[in-house]
Amino acid sequence: VIAAGTPAPDFTLRREDGGTFTRADLEGRTTVLVFYPFAFSPVCTDQLGLYDEVLDEFTERGATLYGVSCDAPDSQRAFREHLGVRIEQLSDFEPKGATCRAFECYHPGGFPQRALAVIGPDAVIAWSHQAASPGDLPGANLIFDGLAAVGTHAG
Amino acid sequence: LRNLGSAPVPPPSPTDHRRGPLGAPTVILYADYECPFCAALHAALAGRRLDVVFRHFPVRRSHPRAWPAACAAEAAGRQGRFWEMHDLLFADPARLEDPHLWARAERLGLDIERFDADRRDASVQESVRADFESGVRAGVVTTPTAFTENGMLMGRQAVAELGTRGVG
Repeated sequence: VIAAGTPAPDFTLRREDGGTFTRADLEGRTTVLVFYPFAFSPVCTDQLGLYDEVLDEFTERGATLYGVSCDAPDSQRAFREHLGVRIEQLSDFEPKGATCRAFECYHPGGFPQRALAVIGPDAVIAWSHQAASPGDLPGANLIFDGLAAVGTHAG
Repeated sequence: LRNLGSAPVPPPSPTDHRRGPLGAPTVILYADYECPFCAALHAALAGRRLDVVFRHFPVRRSHPRAWPAACAAEAAGRQGRFWEMHDLLFADPARLEDPHLWARAERLGLDIERFDADRRDASVQESVRADFESGVRAGVVTTPTAFTENGMLMGRQAVAELGTRGVG
């Protein structure tokens, strides 16, 4: 996954409402992109449920979390509603995996690696993490560690 | 802001729920009462010579009744019956609605009014949340997670390792 200290690349993701989410949406606030392999897969289910349980604590720190996968927006919405989580989903469906490739976390199997990127208000990657395997679930503690790095890298 | 960054799993403290023979190997468990693998682990631990420290790790989006069940166990604890409620909860994890919690409290002879007030009490909620947060900081991501002298065991691995071989 893209290294800390790197400016975020240009990218376009599709929001649930059909709008776009681009690099410009990163500016002026702290963003956490949670790249996950597949909607409805067991580990991803645990992951988003766990992060949702501490979502208020992320919000208190001024951080907004987004789930990113190559699933279509309707599939992502169904997944989010099924889980009952509040974390907005962003789709990297078409062209498939382009944003994951830009963030250097596209798995050769055709899906996102399980990766995290904390991006500061300056749109620079403040911290990133890629799980050793897509089946490993990174703890929420790692994201809180990552948030502490916001502002420590010059843009 | 409460610190939720990485930290080692807290060692057993006097505020923990702890049972088992003195000198037995210590296992710190993070679990929830609505989790099938936790119930399986609970059953697998029966008769094992272990010093068990139990901490709550309810994730509401995965197990919506895990949080009320954890608070029910804590409320029973206010009347000195934590482990009895704990065992009754794991004995029937599919029945965790309020009437089921009241039935267990009645079966234990608890003061029901007090039980019902206690399980909604801010300090009970806070102790459940404190357990959860200590687990988050230690990197717990799923239930059950067990910390032993040999490291961290998760999910069915915890059931297999602790249930069949013990940690001694």
